[in-house]
Amino acid sequence: MSTPQSYEAAVTGSPDQVAEFDQGHQSFIQRLQHALHVTPSLVPLIVLILSIVTFGALLGSKFFSPFALTLILQQVAIVGIVASAQSLVILTAGIDLSVGAIMVLSSVVMGQFTFRYGLPPALGVACGLMCGAACGFVNGWLVARMKLPPFIVTLGMWQIVLAGNFLYSANETIRSQEISAEAPFLQFFGEKFKIGGAVFTYGVLFMVLLVLILAYVLRHTAWGRHVYAVGDDKEAAELSGVNTDKVLISVYMLSGLICAFAGWALIGRIGSVSPTSGQLANIESITAVVIGGISLFGGRGSVLGTFFGALIVGVFTLGLRLLGADAQWTYLLIGVLIIAAVAVDQWIRKVSV
Amino acid sequence: MKKLLLTTIAGVGLIAGAAQADDKVTACLITKTDTNPFFVKMKEGATAKAEELGMELKSFAGKIDGDHETQVAAIETCIADGAKGILLTASDTSSIVPAVQQARDAGLVVIALDTPLSPIDAADATFATDNFLAGELIGQWAAAALGEDAADAKIGMLDLAVSQPTVGVLRDQGFLQGFGIDLGDPNKWGDEDDARIIGNDVTAGNEEGGRRAMENLLAKDPMINVVYTINEPAAAGAYEALKSIGRENDVLIVSVDGGCPGVQNVKDGVIGATSQQYPLMMASLGVEAIKKWADEGVKPEPTPGKDFFDTGVALVTDKPVDGVDSIDTEEGTNLCWG
Repeated sequence: MSTPQSYEAAVTGSPDQVAEFDQGHQSFIQRLQHALHVTPSLVPLIVLILSIVTFGALLGSKFFSPFALTLILQQVAIVGIVASAQSLVILTAGIDLSVGAIMVLSSVVMGQFTFRYGLPPALGVACGLMCGAACGFVNGWLVARMKLPPFIVTLGMWQIVLAGNFLYSANETIRSQEISAEAPFLQFFGEKFKIGGAVFTYGVLFMVLLVLILAYVLRHTAWGRHVYAVGDDKEAAELSGVNTDKVLISVYMLSGLICAFAGWALIGRIGSVSPTSGQLANIESITAVVIGGISLFGGRGSVLGTFFGALIVGVFTLGLRLLGADAQWTYLLIGVLIIAAVAVDQWIRKVSV
Repeated sequence: MKKLLLTTIAGVGLIAGAAQADDKVTACLITKTDTNPFFVKMKEGATAKAEELGMELKSFAGKIDGDHETQVAAIETCIADGAKGILLTASDTSSIVPAVQQARDAGLVVIALDTPLSPIDAADATFATDNFLAGELIGQWAAAALGEDAADAKIGMLDLAVSQPTVGVLRDQGFLQGFGIDLGDPNKWGDEDDARIIGNDVTAGNEEGGRRAMENLLAKDPMINVVYTINEPAAAGAYEALKSIGRENDVLIVSVDGGCPGVQNVKDGVIGATSQQYPLMMASLGVEAIKKWADEGVKPEPTPGKDFFDTGVALVTDKPVDGVDSIDTEEGTNLCWG
C-alpha cells in the first residue's frame, strides 16, 4: 500500500465559513422596506391611524366620538366581509368580480325561501348560504379544472348571478316591517348592543371575528400556507405536492360562502331584502384589498391589511362628509390611495430578501 | 369571405323584408334599466296597450342606470327596424339628443317618458310627472304637519346622486319651496343658505344608500326632525338608520314615487307622506300617441301652461292637512305600481 491519498487535504485549505450575505450597514429606508415586506399590513395601519388623527384634529369631538367611530365600523361591515372573501381569492393570484352578485342573490334566496315558500327562517338562511357556496364552487371548478382565467370566469358569473337574481326575485323588495314581524332571524346581524356611547352590531362583530379567524388560518394552518403557495407560484406548489386544484376550489367556495354571510349581514343592515343593493360591492371590495396592501399578483399580503383598507375608505367617506366636502372628493382621494398603495407595493417588492 | 358577407346581407335583408310584410305598427320602449319596478310597470303598461291596439312593442333597456351606450344602440336598432315611434326614458339626457335627432329625421316620433331630455324640445313630446310639483306637495304637507315648529325644523335632504340629474333637482327644490325655504339656483340643490337645512347627502335611490346617507347626516346633527328622500327605497333605508338610534318615531320622513312597498310604508307610519306618480299611464298614453302618429300623422300636444304632458301626481298620506289635497293609503294602494 502506498501512502493513502490525501483527498481531504485540499479541504483544509478552503474557507470553512458557510455562505454569508453581508448586507453591510442598513440604512433606515432599507430597514423600513424590510419591515414592510415582513408585515404587509403595516402600511394600511399607519395610513388608517394617520387619517383618524387628521380627521379627529379637523373635526374634534364630532368625529372623535365613540358614536362616529363605531358608525364607521357599521358602514364598512358589509364591504369588510366581502373584501375578506376577495382577499382569499386575490391571494391565489385570482380575482372575484362576482362577489357582490353572489351576496345579493344569497340574501334574496334567504328572503324568498322564507316568504315565498314559507320555510322556517333558519332553513331559509341555510339555503342562502348553500347558494353562495354553490356559486363559489362553480367559479372554483371553472378556474381550477377548466383552467379558465379567473377574471373571465367571474366576469361571466357576475352577469349570470345578477341576472338570475333579477329573474328570480322579479326585483321585488321584501319590506323591513314584514321581516321583523315574521322572520326577525333574517335581521340577526342588525341586532346591536352598546358599550358606553359605542354602538356595535352583530354584523360588525362577525366581520372582526371573520378577519381574525382568517388571519390565523392563513398564517398557521397547512391549508392557509397552501393558499399563499398557490398564489405565489402555482407550478412550484404543485411540484411540492400541493393539490392546487383542491386548494383553488376550496378558496372560491369559501369566498362564495363568506359572500352569502355578507348577504345575511346586508339584510340586517338595510332591514329589507332588496335585489338592487350591493351593485358596487365587487369594486369596493377590490379597492379595500388593494389599499390594504394585498398584491394583485398573488401570494403576498394579509387579510388584516384588507380590514384596515376597508376602514380607511370608511374613515375618508364619513370624515370628508362631516367636513362638508362634495362627495366627489371622496372618490378622488380613494383613487389616489389606490394608486399610492400599488406604488408602495411595487417598491416593497424590490427589497432584496 | 366576400361571398359569405353578401349572403349574410341578403339574408338579413330578407328577414327585414319579412318583418315589414306583416303591417303591424312597431313601437319601441327604451328604459334606463329593466330591473327597477318603475320601469317594469312602464313596460307592463306599454305591452298591454300595444296588444289592445294591435301593435308590436319592442323593449330595450340599459344594463344599469347611466348606461348610455346601450340606449344609443337601441335607438339605432329601432330606426333600422322601421319602427314608427320610440318611448324613451333617457339615462343621459343631453348626450342622447343626437341619436334622438337621427330617429326624428328618419320619421319616427320620439316621446320622452318620465325624464325630460335637455333641452326638453329635443323630443317630440314629454310625458312625465311634474317632479317639482311632486316635491312641492310633500314640502307643503311637511310644513303644515309641523305647524309652528316648521320655523325651527332641522331638515336632512337625501338626494339621488352627485351628478344632480334633473328629476332629483326638481323634487328637492320643489320640496324646499313647498316647505317655505328660499331657493338659491333652482337648477341645482345644495346651494341654499337656510340654517334649517342640516345637509344634503346622496343615496343612489336605494335602501343601502339611504341608510348610509342618513347616518352621515345624523353624525352631523343627531336632532334632525324632517327628512326629505328622493324615493321610497331611500326612505326605508333612512328609517333603519333612525331606528338604530331610537328616533324613528319623532322624525317626519317624506318621499316621492308611490310604489306599492312605499305606500305600504306610509300606511305603517314609516313614511309620513309620499307623492305618487303613474308610470303605467305614461306608457299607455305613449303607445297611443305613437299609434296616432302612425295613423294620422298627429303629434301629441303638451299640457296647457307646461312644456310637457303632465301625467299627474297625487299626495298619499293618512294624515291629511288643511290646504293640501291628498288621497289616503287605501286609494294609493289601488293605484300603486311595482
